[in-house]
Amino acid sequence: MERHLMDSKIKGVSTGTTILAVTFNGGVIIGSDSRASIGGYYVSSKTINKLIQVHDRIFCCIAGSLADAQAVTKAAKFQISFHSIQMESPPLVKAAASVLKELCYNNKEELQAGFITAGWDRKKGPQVYTVALGGMLLSQPFTIGGSGSTYIYGYADAKYKPDMSKEECLQFATNALALAMGRDNVSGGVAHLVVITEEGLEHVVIPGDKLPKFHDE
Amino acid sequence: MTSYDLSASTFSPDGRVFQVEYAMKAVENSSTAIGIRCKDGVVFGVEKLVLSKLYEQGSNKRIFNVDRHVGMAVAGLLADARSLSEVAREEASNFRSNYGHNIPLKYLSERVAMYVHAYTLYSAVRPFGCSFIFGSYDQDDGPQLYMVDPSGISFGYWGCAIGKAKQAAKTEIEKLQMKDMTCRELVKEVAKIIYIVHDEVKDKAFELELSWVGEVTNGKHELVPKDIRVEAEKYAKASFPSSVAGEEGNCSGIST
Repeated sequence: MERHLMDSKIKGVSTGTTILAVTFNGGVIIGSDSRASIGGYYVSSKTINKLIQVHDRIFCCIAGSLADAQAVTKAAKFQISFHSIQMESPPLVKAAASVLKELCYNNKEELQAGFITAGWDRKKGPQVYTVALGGMLLSQPFTIGGSGSTYIYGYADAKYKPDMSKEECLQFATNALALAMGRDNVSGGVAHLVVITEEGLEHVVIPGDKLPKFHDE
Repeated sequence: MTSYDLSASTFSPDGRVFQVEYAMKAVENSSTAIGIRCKDGVVFGVEKLVLSKLYEQGSNKRIFNVDRHVGMAVAGLLADARSLSEVAREEASNFRSNYGHNIPLKYLSERVAMYVHAYTLYSAVRPFGCSFIFGSYDQDDGPQLYMVDPSGISFGYWGCAIGKAKQAAKTEIEKLQMKDMTCRELVKEVAKIIYIVHDEVKDKAFELELSWVGEVTNGKHELVPKDIRVEAEKYAKASFPSSVAGEEGNCSGIST
């Protein structure tokens, strides 16, 4: 906790956060909470958007220092857009995740931001990639991140099934976010979810009072 | 005609850049290289003229590996071609470093073509005196074949030829139904075409350099294994009923 406080004094606004991305049959759902905090004792924003669109079918969610994350995603968005125009085809999710990874790895001394990249491409369909703090890139069927994720590892590991339907997946993601936001003091606000499929995007926002309630709420 | 051809930065009154055309002549002085794309891969064949009996067999390669899944056959000034193969390798490597996957051939070919084109703009440098044929195979995009010439343009092909006998080779290539052939069938035809276009009178000995990339090699570009090459050469020689490469027979140009 000490280091967390010190870091945010240097880094300013940080996103104690819960982010996740889950693949289902035909697409991927990416979700996050919406709280930005300073040092864990002041909520600087209740409604920030942590789901950044980097291309038509590729989204990133951010964790860590908000400033670093925004700077990196801005650079990545430009590079991916340029790459896509040069290639004359939509970028692969793997390519987008690689661009983020290069930025994180090459600037690891200065940066303190982690990402989850998720999207759909023609070659491999729905995919989820984690780009960790130091620049590690990993592909997984689903992943959770941010400070709030520690409270839901059990839930996610137990409840995830491969090849879920869209509705099952939405329920899984919403429950996971709600549980994390319920226990992590630096996660909260509304739940943002984006459903990415070949056909298009669907943005779902669930206000705090409409989130699923569990036994003691 | 005079003085318009001294540098690549000058147009002639009829709109030509002579230096680039001269560079293409340099390619035409070199021996033939062909590349053909089929249903499940790409095959390259190069007529490598042996200028001295002292050369080690297999030296002075004209086919390069640019990346695991990309091969490059060249014609023209070999030194220029070698340095450009390094450029292509760097492009492919940087692409993989940045984007995490194999470079698509169309993109690689365009990048190398852009590089070659840059050398046709200034008087301080001369254009590259070589053409090359790129070939690749990828599970999703299938086989691809692209050719880059000294003017810096690149086109995609089903079959192409560069070097001194390119016209004769193109005629032979056009006879093939490559879209329905597999790599194994195509290897033999490529060998045959090289034997056909080889000029026995003007150029004596030659080595046939064959390489392929496709489903048969699991997407890896490599030289055709010795036993398959020997079989392909046997097939090629058998297609000449009257004369065999190496004899003193008068065999030049096209045979039917």
